Amino acid sequence: MSFSIRIDTLGLIDYSNACARQKALVAEVVSGGSDTLILCEHPAVITLGRRSLEANILLGRKDLAQKGVSVISADRGGDVTLHAPGQLIIYPIINLKRAGLDLRQYLQKLEQVAVDLLEDFGIVATGDDARRGVWIGKEKIASIGVGVSRWVAYHGMGLNVSTDLSLFPLIRPCGMDVRMTSLEKILGRPIDMADVKAKLGSHFVKIFQEGTRRASDV
Amino acid sequence: MVQITVPDLGDGIDRVEVAFWHKNVGERVLQDEDVVELVTDKASFNVPAPAGGIIKNIYVKEGQEVPIGAILADIE
Repeated sequence: MSFSIRIDTLGLIDYSNACARQKALVAEVVSGGSDTLILCEHPAVITLGRRSLEANILLGRKDLAQKGVSVISADRGGDVTLHAPGQLIIYPIINLKRAGLDLRQYLQKLEQVAVDLLEDFGIVATGDDARRGVWIGKEKIASIGVGVSRWVAYHGMGLNVSTDLSLFPLIRPCGMDVRMTSLEKILGRPIDMADVKAKLGSHFVKIFQEGTRRASDV
Repeated sequence: MVQITVPDLGDGIDRVEVAFWHKNVGERVLQDEDVVELVTDKASFNVPAPAGGIIKNIYVKEGQEVPIGAILADIE
């Protein structure tokens, strides 16, 4: 059995628009439609999970607005996250049952996609079961936050390609004091987002193909 | 009576937190509708109703941690 997914490459789209789009796609996939991988970027936005602590946003709303950063309460668990242009947003809308994956396997694969992509740029990164996300040493380059409804996954991963890292001190990401990094910071040269998106798409298909093969071999 | 339990989410996920009840006792649910959201490992997992009916009992409060297999609610 081969794994196939529709790849929807978008530019900069509002967080709330992306949520609405995902919701519609989840409904499609639930009723048997094909899986879709959305690749996009968001304008600067801080999102709060259902149980997020406002205290993890370290600046007043007024000051944030002045910096062009909006704050949105998201319909998800987890804590505070920040998205901004230059962060590649990866939202796979994927039926986990159909792909033969449990939640843990899915999260590991998602991290593996970023690890393999970074390897293309000569960077050694690791996923981490204890503190989800993708790390280069003690610095974090990609954050994960996934929702699942009727075994269909949505939301996903944000990978810092050329994100303005000075925005991250506005929050304590996921309630932790973590230093964030980006592909551009590590390599010290401009990186073409379109190229990263294309690479990401092919790594995604490769990693998830392996999974479905193994699952159907059993 | 059908029980809603915490599903197996994969090796290494032993406990989950009950984050949010989409339904209250006495409410009607359809089969496969999201009933309760569990949080683990950077993921929110919504447990679908195994059958349609009325929520009779809810056994775990929001914010509580439970092991895989724990009974969360009854549907009648």
